[in-house]
Amino acid sequence: MTTTIEIGTAPSTTAPPALQGRPTGFWADTWNVMVRELRPVLREPASVLFAMVQPLVFLGLFSPLLPDVGSGSALQWFVPGIVAMTVLMGASFTGANLMQEMVTGSHEWLLVSPLSRSSLLVGRALKEVVPMLMQTAIILAVVTPFSFELHLDGVLVGVTMMALFSVGVGSLSFALALVSKDQDWLFWTVQQTLIFPVLLLAGMLLPVDGAPRWLRVASEVNPLTHVVEAQRSLFAGEFPAGEVAGGFAAAAAVAALGLAVGLRAMRRSS
Amino acid sequence: MTNTREQDPVIRTRSLTRTFTRHKQTVEAVRGLDLEVGRGELVAFLGPNGAGKSTTLRMLTTLLPPTSGTAEVAGHDVVRDQRAVRRSIGYVGQGNSAGHNQRGRDELVSHARAHGLSRAEARRRAEELTEAFDLGAVVGRPVSTLSGGQRRRLDVALGLVHEPRLLFLDEPSTGLDPQNRANLQEQVQRLHAERGTTIVMTTHYLEEADAIAGRVVVIDHGRVIADDTAARMKAGLGDRVTLDFGSAEEAAAAASRVVRAAPEGEVRREGTAVVLRVAHGRTLAPRLVSDLAAEGAPAQSIEVVGPTLDDVFLHLTGRSLRESQETNQQTTEENAA
Repeated sequence: MTTTIEIGTAPSTTAPPALQGRPTGFWADTWNVMVRELRPVLREPASVLFAMVQPLVFLGLFSPLLPDVGSGSALQWFVPGIVAMTVLMGASFTGANLMQEMVTGSHEWLLVSPLSRSSLLVGRALKEVVPMLMQTAIILAVVTPFSFELHLDGVLVGVTMMALFSVGVGSLSFALALVSKDQDWLFWTVQQTLIFPVLLLAGMLLPVDGAPRWLRVASEVNPLTHVVEAQRSLFAGEFPAGEVAGGFAAAAAVAALGLAVGLRAMRRSS
Repeated sequence: MTNTREQDPVIRTRSLTRTFTRHKQTVEAVRGLDLEVGRGELVAFLGPNGAGKSTTLRMLTTLLPPTSGTAEVAGHDVVRDQRAVRRSIGYVGQGNSAGHNQRGRDELVSHARAHGLSRAEARRRAEELTEAFDLGAVVGRPVSTLSGGQRRRLDVALGLVHEPRLLFLDEPSTGLDPQNRANLQEQVQRLHAERGTTIVMTTHYLEEADAIAGRVVVIDHGRVIADDTAARMKAGLGDRVTLDFGSAEEAAAAASRVVRAAPEGEVRREGTAVVLRVAHGRTLAPRLVSDLAAEGAPAQSIEVVGPTLDDVFLHLTGRSLRESQETNQQTTEENAA
């Protein structure tokens, strides 16, 4: 096979002018990274189902076992937890994509590009919002025909909170991928070890009200607890100010922590 | 060496050093490198795995901060002005530049945008490179489905998106079959000839450095041990004449005759053969064969080989570059870190 190479545009009798790119800023870079990360998701939207298998199993096989509670159907109580679970799983998996790019070389190459380290992290983290929205939409579409009442206003506020939370968890997952360099097992061990305690302590499957004191304390310091509690009210169309503010505060704390840790890891990446 | 290099070096390093600490042991991967590369040069860093050539390249491309010393690339300091360095250079790493779950065309456009080209310019540039690198059939497919050679072409195309004046290639042909390797070498040479792009590449393929680079920098144990054109490096070494006598005894007996016939050469016995390294070996060989036959020690076969860069490496280090590949394997991990 012979390949004829004509690199560039101008016939080069003298030194050709270099392409004149304009210096890019943080937000342009971040947008670029986010769009790049989103392309595979949008090309294959079904890929968002991957992180949803377990939540959907819980939805199908666990929620029918729950008794209806005073305030409404069991499904009404359970769905916000399932949404949170999906978001937590999807966003905590996301570092695996970065790990793959670290193995194949693409991450290294991006580090040599003019994209700033911060935008490489923030762009990726912001992208998590899109699969989160798609997954939430799928869950709501699945449960609305059953005994779940859709309150759009509450759901909109709820997913805004979830967006913050997913950006934070996504950042943490990227940070974990970066420090697990060349050690896949470390990433998966940490991710798998943390995910279920965080979910269970948040009262995602069962309420922790009747739990022993130590468990209730652990649940109190788990930010997901406050997010899930706020989601339950919001998804029911209620807006208790304290609970919603608590949820946003917890989600924002996770986002801030995630971005701080993620930025630090990305700046040290080589 | 040349005036342009002194006036206008694209790369200038001063005592560039990098050490790695592993298991409480400090390994000096690059030791006090002083190097200048002038505009328009095509330089190959040659050395065994773990010699420090990739570490050097990683420092020059801002991937790895130097432990001490300085380096300027395209007029910018690699520590203080990383972003300006990154904007000025093209890079083709050891792995694949394009994400495996991405499409090639998307990556081309995305990278052009990262370099600040407008959407339309980015698309036009992606189109140009797709055509130039014969990637039309594959840029719409996920990168993971491409063959090794196709991916490598895409990597080089991605490195050239912003038409850099300076291109770094880290072991570009490792893992390619001979045909794709030749193809890649041709692309690199063309880029150098047609665009005047300064190219710095690392390689552990002797033939590759010999065939394409105008200047070969031989690196071993973190130091530059030779820096010249391949032709000049080889010029002093002479040809290698291998005479096979069929048995070790006959070879031993013939060896002393060979020493007498070519007293200025270097003679050693290897199994059933006598190996003579001597200047003008190819003009000496016919007479040597007939003299040996006349003296009752006829050679069964003869081979005359011009000097290779492996001979240069052997001459400089006492080791063959090919053998060094294995002994240096353990240090490659540091190198990749």
